[in-house]
Amino acid sequence: MDRIPILKLGDFLLVTVQVDMHDRLAMNLQEDLTEKIVATHARGVLIDISALDIVDSFIGRMLGNIAAMSGILDAKTVVVGMRPAVAITLVELGLSLPGVRTALNVEKGMELLRASLDRYFDEPVPGEEGG
Amino acid sequence: MAQNKEKSLPQLLANREAEILKEWLAEQIRSRGSGSAGIKEDDLRRQSAEFLNAFQKAAESGDLDDIQTENWTRVREVLTDVSREQARQGASPADVALFIFSLKQIIFRSLQAEFGENPEAFAREIWSATMVLDRLGLFTTQVAMKSREETIARQQAEMMELSTPVVKLWEGILALPLIGTLDSERTQVVMESLLEEIVRTGAAIAIIDITGVPTVDTLVAQHLLKTVAAARLMGAECIISGIRPQIASTIVHLGVDLGDVTTKATLADAFAVALRRSNMTVVRMAPPRKQAAE
Repeated sequence: MDRIPILKLGDFLLVTVQVDMHDRLAMNLQEDLTEKIVATHARGVLIDISALDIVDSFIGRMLGNIAAMSGILDAKTVVVGMRPAVAITLVELGLSLPGVRTALNVEKGMELLRASLDRYFDEPVPGEEGG
Repeated sequence: MAQNKEKSLPQLLANREAEILKEWLAEQIRSRGSGSAGIKEDDLRRQSAEFLNAFQKAAESGDLDDIQTENWTRVREVLTDVSREQARQGASPADVALFIFSLKQIIFRSLQAEFGENPEAFAREIWSATMVLDRLGLFTTQVAMKSREETIARQQAEMMELSTPVVKLWEGILALPLIGTLDSERTQVVMESLLEEIVRTGAAIAIIDITGVPTVDTLVAQHLLKTVAAARLMGAECIISGIRPQIASTIVHLGVDLGDVTTKATLADAFAVALRRSNMTVVRMAPPRKQAAE
């Protein structure tokens, strides 16, 4: 069974989705990621979905779930590189992923994670940084 | 039927073509009067002759009941051209239909001359002529309407293109000045062009300025929120600016919840916020020395 690799980068974990996510793959990712967060004491997770061009409501919900679970394990999740079509689809599906932070690319996502780690006791609400 | 065929409408058309054309032209010019849209007489003559020719050939095929058949292809082509041309020159659908209906009287008159002594044949011929002419008349109106609709659709598309520019205000700051009413189709275009531009420029902040949006109802607000949500999913933050006092009160009265979207009264305010969030600032320069001395 194929799995999506999870790379450790310092305090963060980097997940790059390079293939079309099918449901089984998403379930595996969710499992692997939570285990990996616990094993590595990661403080942040970057999920790069720039190669993903098809989403359905299940994958959308999965992204939300992964973010919520990581949040409980005290790791902040940033979804980066979402394509316009994917964003429109998710919004039309009514899944605007309220608990998930987003960034344009991996670099900006990394900055966002660092900034939020610097301020340790900030609220986990998206969009408040720098405001 | 067969013994009547040589005396029927197609025969009549063939025999009296020149005569009918002349009378028809006179009738058209008369009925249009002086106030008609500028369709030139030469054009009219050419169009009429072309139509009459095609009509006669089609009628000869004997298929007077259905103008959608192959035999009438040429007639339909000619009529389509005529209707389009007249509609383009500003003729109303009624004017265009008159092109066919003015032929009725002429044909009836010719039929009367031909069949005057035989009421039964006369009635039959009148009936078949009426049927076919009515169908052709309706066809012209249909074509004229369709060409108008095409014009309207094209203009709508052009307006849509024109009214959704995404402009770059600063490094990493985009602005989307919206002008005109937002419907769902336009929102789609706006959303797509904004998101494409966010990807292209890597902008982190987009300002949606609704100064030019005349009214905001629940639907428009929902469309705006959708755009904001989609931009947020891609990692860009949206600020809505240009909210006039009336619009602010409308939004509250409608009970629309704009959530945690930043809103500002003017584009300038929104730009200031955007600069601050990108850790930039605008400072006033020290005045040049000469002016300072004065």
